[in-house]
Amino acid sequence: MKLFALKMLFGDTAKFYGILLGLAFASLLISQQSSIFVGLMSRTFGFIQDTSQPDLWVIDPDRSFVDDQKPLRDTEVDRVRSVSGVAWAVPLFKGLLSAKLPTGERETCDVIGIDDATLIGGPARVVQGHVEDLRQPESVIIDVKSSSGKLALPTWLKPGDSVIEFDTADESIPRRPMAIGDVLELNERRAVVVGLAETTPTFQNQPVLYTTYTQARQFAPPNRRTVSMILVKALEGTDVGQLQRRIEQETGLIALTADEWSWRTLKYWMTQTGIPINFGIAIGLGFLVGVAIAGQMFYNFTLDNLKYFGAMKAMGASNARLLGMVALQAGVAAVLGLGIGLGATAAFGLTVPGTRLAFRMVWQIPVITAAAVLIICVGSSLLSMVRVIRLDPAEVFKT
Amino acid sequence: MIATSVNAAVSLKGVTKTFGKGDSAVTALRGADIEALYGQATFLVGPSGCGKTTLISIVAGLLHRDGGDLSVLGTDLGSLSGSQLTRWRSESVGFIFQAFNLIPQLTVAENVAIPLVIRGESRRAAVRTAGDLLAKVGLEGRERSKPSKLSGGQQQRVAIARSLVHNPRILVCDEPTSALDATLGRHIMQLITAVSSAPDRAVLVVTHDDRIFNFADRIVHMDDGRVTHVELGGHQLAHAAATESHS
Repeated sequence: MKLFALKMLFGDTAKFYGILLGLAFASLLISQQSSIFVGLMSRTFGFIQDTSQPDLWVIDPDRSFVDDQKPLRDTEVDRVRSVSGVAWAVPLFKGLLSAKLPTGERETCDVIGIDDATLIGGPARVVQGHVEDLRQPESVIIDVKSSSGKLALPTWLKPGDSVIEFDTADESIPRRPMAIGDVLELNERRAVVVGLAETTPTFQNQPVLYTTYTQARQFAPPNRRTVSMILVKALEGTDVGQLQRRIEQETGLIALTADEWSWRTLKYWMTQTGIPINFGIAIGLGFLVGVAIAGQMFYNFTLDNLKYFGAMKAMGASNARLLGMVALQAGVAAVLGLGIGLGATAAFGLTVPGTRLAFRMVWQIPVITAAAVLIICVGSSLLSMVRVIRLDPAEVFKT
Repeated sequence: MIATSVNAAVSLKGVTKTFGKGDSAVTALRGADIEALYGQATFLVGPSGCGKTTLISIVAGLLHRDGGDLSVLGTDLGSLSGSQLTRWRSESVGFIFQAFNLIPQLTVAENVAIPLVIRGESRRAAVRTAGDLLAKVGLEGRERSKPSKLSGGQQQRVAIARSLVHNPRILVCDEPTSALDATLGRHIMQLITAVSSAPDRAVLVVTHDDRIFNFADRIVHMDDGRVTHVELGGHQLAHAAATESHS
């Protein structure tokens, strides 16, 4: 009967493809929108996850997310260093500064100033140059994606050329990636590219520039408070949880692990912006599409076959057997539709890396999508099953 | 156990059936008495709504009676549980439906094989058996065709093959010729009555089609939920005449 059930499903070509299309489209919408949402949200705390050296991040208690501008005084670094159990504590600058390219174009950049002495907080993977090159005056390391994107320069511009104004609106001009030796200006101050690094794109997709803390202070507008965060390493054998509490008690600041800081940032974006709602609507629509098209079509498919189920019931097929047929049909449709939808999402994901579109398909997304498709199929097949169970076999004589 | 004729495959005495309750209750059978004998085709005739379909549904184990006595193939169907009744149907009853009810996505042979598969036979063996039976109803070579590729008469022959494939002892036919022209109708009835001539099998036919009354051994006339009278059918009369001329 299993083969007969499958033949009934595959044989009704129009409905089968309709069910498949509905489920595939629902899976695609749910998984693709979820992946973009996760990708986008991951960018909000990408910097924290990229910086692996510290055990704790010390910030102003009112700071809600990683790009929130609530800097600390320089003296706070020493206060944190004085807490028992701290191996080292270094300042970190993180702020948005306007960069002027040799072409005269302006780009807002995410400038990260790391400790001059230790270079702790620097990029995890420098692909050209060395992080130590940041010790040279006026030096910056730029992110490799932006070097060929927002920071790309006309091919005829040689490294080291000073600013030449030209028609930036002319998109036909061939461009090359910004490279070591290229010069740009940050707040009217000269900055020389000494390296390229891989970084997680920021939420607003600005170019990321690494420099030293001292250099960053010179680039940034004058301010009494310039320490964005303090990176802390616990002494070996020190309980990080206890150290957190000690820092908070003794400094009045808050100390967070990388995961806690990431969650705090994520929570801000989730609760204070309309992003989750917008994506939630898209994901919900995907689910509704699945219910409206696939669920309803599967239910209709069962209704169309009700007379055949009735005939089989009259011929001695038990309810369990008929329900098994319906469940098999729903299950196969679900697996195929889910597979196509997730496959399309994965294909989409493979085409987007390196572009501006955030996409991150974590393992939970296929699971959630599968659960949504399962709900659609189980729901519609349960409704169908009720019709089959309630089907009076004597009905077959009434057609 | 109710008292029945020795040769009765089906025996109903005072069977009643009402659908619904209260003001909306509809009484379909008001004490129907019928006997259908082995080796005979018993036709149930009467106007629409007289209770014919309800009666064959009860005989086939698809509906439960409210009252009266019922014995089909020596079994009181009222004493069987739901699962026993389902199993009894799969083993004992063959169905021919007015609308054929052939599953369009399956091949002709697979449609015929359904009762065997329901009984637990493997699909391959069941389809092989179905192929043999299709040859007997004149559809050799059409095993792999889809029902939609067959004419109405051919589809009805498939339905007949399906009703017989598991060798049931009682065959229940609902308006088997209503969708067919006179010639095809006669041909189909020849096939059905050939089945009924088996001494261990009985055929019940519900029909409005008086063109086929001559194929009946007995014609049971019903009206308003009751049997009004029973007469010998053309088949039985022809048989009696033939016997008389021989003697």
